[in-house]
Amino acid sequence: MLRFSKASKAGLIVIVGIVLLFMYAPLTVLILNAFNERQVSSWPIEEFSLKWWAIAFESEPIRAALLNSATVATGAMLIAMILGSLVAFALNRFDFFGKSTVNLLIVLPIALPGVVTGVAFSNTYSNFLTPAGFQIGYFGMIVAHSTICIVMVFNNVFARLKRMNPSLQEASMDLGQGLWGTFRLVTVPQFRTAFAAGALLAFALSFDEVVITIFTAPPGVDTLPLWILKEMARPNQASVVNVVATVVIVLSFVPVYVSQRLSRTENEK
Amino acid sequence: MKVSPSAEEISADKTAGVSAISITGLNKSFDKVQAVVDLNLEISQGEFFSMLGPSGSGKTTVLRILAGFETASSGKVLLEGTDVTDLAPFDRDVNTVFQDYALFPHMSIQKNVEYGLKARKISKPKRAELASQAIDSVKLSHLADRLPHQLSGGQRQRIALARALVLRPKVLLLDEPLGALDKQLREEMQVELKRIQREAGITFIFVTHDQEEAMRMSDRIAVFNAGRIEQIGTPAEVYESPATEFVAGFLGVSNLLSGEDARQLLGSADLVNIRPERIKILPENSKPLAGEISVRATIVDIAYTGANTLYTLEGPNGLRLVATRLNQEMSGASQGLDWSDKVLATFRKEHVAKIPSK
Repeated sequence: MLRFSKASKAGLIVIVGIVLLFMYAPLTVLILNAFNERQVSSWPIEEFSLKWWAIAFESEPIRAALLNSATVATGAMLIAMILGSLVAFALNRFDFFGKSTVNLLIVLPIALPGVVTGVAFSNTYSNFLTPAGFQIGYFGMIVAHSTICIVMVFNNVFARLKRMNPSLQEASMDLGQGLWGTFRLVTVPQFRTAFAAGALLAFALSFDEVVITIFTAPPGVDTLPLWILKEMARPNQASVVNVVATVVIVLSFVPVYVSQRLSRTENEK
Repeated sequence: MKVSPSAEEISADKTAGVSAISITGLNKSFDKVQAVVDLNLEISQGEFFSMLGPSGSGKTTVLRILAGFETASSGKVLLEGTDVTDLAPFDRDVNTVFQDYALFPHMSIQKNVEYGLKARKISKPKRAELASQAIDSVKLSHLADRLPHQLSGGQRQRIALARALVLRPKVLLLDEPLGALDKQLREEMQVELKRIQREAGITFIFVTHDQEEAMRMSDRIAVFNAGRIEQIGTPAEVYESPATEFVAGFLGVSNLLSGEDARQLLGSADLVNIRPERIKILPENSKPLAGEISVRATIVDIAYTGANTLYTLEGPNGLRLVATRLNQEMSGASQGLDWSDKVLATFRKEHVAKIPSK
């Protein structure tokens, strides 16, 4: 175990404190302002109120945006769950020519600038699919999101499968259980928490995705982040924006938190 | 364990007299590596059979082919006369105790032991009863509700054994099952395993790289080297009359002599082996008895190992012999012998094991 002197320990704590402050102070201000009585964000807050929440709740465009965000995130998550875990199984199980290339290509979208991914998808849709007679529309946005979401499921499941003791599956078959039974009774319980953790991260990632969404959302369709971006231009909407932003924070934070907890309990075993 | 079949079951068994395992012309290669080369092997029912060899000698591969985890590149495997070469692991009546035990980490001990019974569609109350008996027979009933990671290595190993034996397989395969245990527990488990095997009457095929363990437990041993069996025999046969230089060297301490060394002692340059406990160390001026071969030598090394002391002797023309003495009567590590002492080393002619040339 690395040992620190008292002074360096205190120094490190201060650094961590500063970093956390820089990261979370703006978020805190934003969340508090969602409860600000005044129409424009201000500090310090003089009077608290839930009035912007009521307005946001009544707003038709916001409701539509929330529904869009949830639909897109769920769709992208489902695609990622299926494809991400299938790829993880294939790469874990088989050795083949180009295996590491496939691995890289799966992970690459997360490192690619969203602008590039967005433009690429947008061009593909409008230059190839639309002329060919495919109106991909809403589904196109889900597909574009799933390219980055797959990484989350893939990484989690792949890491778990790698750590899994291969003799467990052999033991199951040795004891007379067939392939499907072995998968259901032994393999699935081994990776299901990683699978769920990856799915939740995928959901959170898609839910607050903005750049790819700009390029792939069909005309007239807003997700929550897209709505925020548009409303930012109108200063007298600031407080409603704060409310929506708070909702986005919570809806992204919860899946990430649960995902972390899932991974942790599994690692403690 | 109370898993031995009753007398009627044995007499009703039509396969009595057939080999438990019969392997003919078995080959296995991984990419370009020949792991098993043209192997033939018969293992009798109820036998405690060990496959002994260094790592990479092919013994584990043979075991995995018997279990069905690997497919043979060519050759046949018969289980009590039935061809099982191409059957999946879940379709053959053999069970395996894994080196790392492979207990299912998300299931209780009870559920682990019930697993195979469940796969065989045995009713819930019946399998609970059988599993409890099996856990009881390895004296771990009080841990039935625990998870595997809450058990010690020795306890896990017993559960792995109970989980496999509760299915009453025709053959039990054990892949270095004691490898992870410390020495004392290991020796306890050796005795325990032998007892269970005798009482269950099940054929055990035991893979190990520990020659002492193989000799202690087995009815017969197959010594593996580079994908081939060098020798099959009882522990005494493989130790006393090694068929090859490799077997002589792998089991115990050996004095392998050939060429000039063999000629000056025995009058022939053939390869021979003399076990160190057969060599007596006498005072320099002693007279050898009739039928004894003797050589004058100097002690160049003394190693005390508790029960025995090992002496390295140097004879004429660079001849080297290792001799052991049991520390039974003589007191002290050196037994009255010291470095550089001149002695007479003697051994009887019949204790010189000739190793057949290939």
